[in-house]
Amino acid sequence: MTMEQVTAIDSSERTLQGRYLTFYMDEELYGMDIQHIIEIIGVQPITVVPEMPEYIRGITNLRGKIIPVMDARLRFRLEERDYDDRTCIIVLETGDVSMGMIVDAVSEVLELYSDDVDPPPEIGGGVADYIQGVGRSGDGVIMLLDCDLLLREGGDG
Amino acid sequence: MTKGYSNEPMLDIFIYETEQNLEQLEISILSSERKKKITNDAINEIFRVMHTIKGSAAMMMFDNIASLAHAIEDLFFYIREEKPKGLDPVDIYDLVLTGIDVFKSEIEMLKQGREPEADHGELIESIHAYLSVIKGEGAPPASIETAVAPPASDHYYLTPIQTEPVDGCTAYEALLYFDEDCSMENVRAFAIVHSLKDIASQCCHYPENLIDDSTSAEIIREQGFVIQIHTEMAYKELFDYFAASSYVRAVDLKEMALCGNGEEPGAVARTADAGTVEDATPASDDSRSSHQSIISVDVAKLDRLMELMGEMVIAEAMVTQNPEVAGLEIDSFQKSARQLQKITVELQDVAMSIRMVPLSTTFHKMHRIVRDMTKKLDKEAELVLVGETTEVDKNIIEHISDPLMHLVRNAVDHGIERPEERLRNGKDGRGRVTLEAENVGGDVLIVIRDDGRGLNRDEIYKKALKQKLISPDAELTDREVMNLVFAPGFSTNEAVTEFSGRGVGMDVVVKNLEAVGGTISIESTPGQGTATIMKIPLTLAIIDGMNIRVGEAIYTLPTISIKETFRANVSSIVVDPSGNELIQVRGDWFSILRLHEKFDVEPDSRNLEDGIVIMVEQDEKYICLFADELLGQQQVVVKPLPLYIRQFKNIASLTGCTLLGDGSMSLILNVIGLIGSDGRIRRDES
Repeated sequence: MTMEQVTAIDSSERTLQGRYLTFYMDEELYGMDIQHIIEIIGVQPITVVPEMPEYIRGITNLRGKIIPVMDARLRFRLEERDYDDRTCIIVLETGDVSMGMIVDAVSEVLELYSDDVDPPPEIGGGVADYIQGVGRSGDGVIMLLDCDLLLREGGDG
Repeated sequence: MTKGYSNEPMLDIFIYETEQNLEQLEISILSSERKKKITNDAINEIFRVMHTIKGSAAMMMFDNIASLAHAIEDLFFYIREEKPKGLDPVDIYDLVLTGIDVFKSEIEMLKQGREPEADHGELIESIHAYLSVIKGEGAPPASIETAVAPPASDHYYLTPIQTEPVDGCTAYEALLYFDEDCSMENVRAFAIVHSLKDIASQCCHYPENLIDDSTSAEIIREQGFVIQIHTEMAYKELFDYFAASSYVRAVDLKEMALCGNGEEPGAVARTADAGTVEDATPASDDSRSSHQSIISVDVAKLDRLMELMGEMVIAEAMVTQNPEVAGLEIDSFQKSARQLQKITVELQDVAMSIRMVPLSTTFHKMHRIVRDMTKKLDKEAELVLVGETTEVDKNIIEHISDPLMHLVRNAVDHGIERPEERLRNGKDGRGRVTLEAENVGGDVLIVIRDDGRGLNRDEIYKKALKQKLISPDAELTDREVMNLVFAPGFSTNEAVTEFSGRGVGMDVVVKNLEAVGGTISIESTPGQGTATIMKIPLTLAIIDGMNIRVGEAIYTLPTISIKETFRANVSSIVVDPSGNELIQVRGDWFSILRLHEKFDVEPDSRNLEDGIVIMVEQDEKYICLFADELLGQQQVVVKPLPLYIRQFKNIASLTGCTLLGDGSMSLILNVIGLIGSDGRIRRDES
């Protein structure tokens, strides 16, 4: 087997894991599969819904469509923070369920290959329950969130 | 036409028409069965419907449906022509109803996109067997074929005209020639005959058998296609109509002399087989001519229309209540805004009315259920319908037909006693089940009443105890005990019968009703009967709402449930030992529910005298809500809360949410949920 053939096999094995939108929460970088993301909007008025857990901020009107809004910081038991002009709502959708997720700031869209992604850490609790993998890019790590799990599970995390 | 149905719209039309025909047929069979005899009208109608089904099923290549229809048609052909004596109407009707059931299940299969079931040989056999029985035992089965086989197509055979010409109708005979290269003349001819149904009261044609008989195409090609019709159309109109039909090359249209007293017109006299003419009710002609002003529309389009109407209402509010123009006094704007408002409301009424369907179809289906059940259970009962023209939203009808069926079954099974028992108790041996519908404000009340034995309070109580639905020390009113029958898993019937007793029925009824925001209750007098009352909102989509404000939050209350609003006076408020606040209004005491506490928001003021008290009522339960301010009345479009939230928790105090004029949102309060959430808050008679 010649060297050329080996490199050819190598590059085909570097299959694309997916494209991820990365965003910041509490100085940490998180990623989410872009196929679940509908759009990114600025913070807009939110109507409080009673009897909901604290991390469900309420509901908002997205051009006639009403979606619930979740504060990702509260969801992952991070410290609450006032919204500023970099705060964004990422609109997610899986199946029939739509949801807005408030994050500190969005960063960029990254392509990650399967060998860039490590399995999630074994430790549980808080955000770790919703991590489907840890991506490496440059010298940083990105915690990749499992959107299905996040939207399906109404529990207390 | 090739095998299968590349032609979806054709299939839709087939399903739709066949359903309509079957429904109509079932209704008329049941009504003539009540008269205990087979009327000529009924025979003709069955024959006509079966003929139509046979024809259209054959066209759609559903041979099994066609052959069953053919068998029934044969039977009634014989009955109509020979008028055999001593027929038992019940047997005949049973046979036809079984046939209808088979057709219905086939249609259901087609709707689900599956091929119709294979073979109905057995049923066809039994129909043939019956036919040979009524022909007299001696008749060998082989002769059936020859006796009922359609007359050979080499001579004129026209369906006997069944009614006298209606006033204003003229009889015409048309000879049509098709384009030479059009091929499939028989199908073209069939299409024309089919379209004529709308404009002509009667129609017969030669060759008679267009679809089944392959030679018909040739006959048409050589001799032309003969149609005789009765219609209100003028000669010129009709001529143009034929000339405009596709592939028609030449038209030869003749006016025929009208015949009196059921004699066939001269041209028709060519038919050797023409039977005597029966008088049909003119009503059937009316129903036929009214068809042309009705079109069937895809429900999805109506849903879309309703959705757009909702957006329109919101957009209208956004314009007319725009904060930028709120303070300005512009006469011309106000005038146009009012005009817009008026038109929007009218448009909305029309859009809603399109979706409104009378309950009669649903109600009439119950005749069949009562009939089947009384036969099987050896009881006697009649079904009386009151106010069946009451209209409700189509979506709602779909949700209530199952509950209604359960309740009617229950009424016959549990309610109505056996004739002996009824006579012993001094009642008419024939039981009576009444279905009533009426509009009450924004709701429709549907009452299922029977004059049977009524509910046994003690038995229900014992049963509920046994099934651990209540605790032994619970003190319950009669009404509360009665309503235990709606609890999941409850059944008083010891034996599980074919019709009821499994204890799932009532549970399903309640669930179905809750899905459309309806409620159910039961009233009963032992020995005199039971009434089950369903209360269903007229429509779910748009309600009249009153917006109220608590701090920064805006809520919407259905205007219909608001009784009055007033400023509270401290002297009329007391606090009971458990900390509940009560307010006295004209001698009655009502509980106060502070919305800011309920929904955990920061109000302008916690002082009851600063805000406003809103008394709301639902199902004769009252509660006083405390809010900061009334904002005004508005039509709101009820939108469900997002799925995620509904999956998370069912919030009893909220119906949904709505968009306000300025694009912000308000939550629509569910009055019954608010009342229920605070335990026993009722009108206190002290």
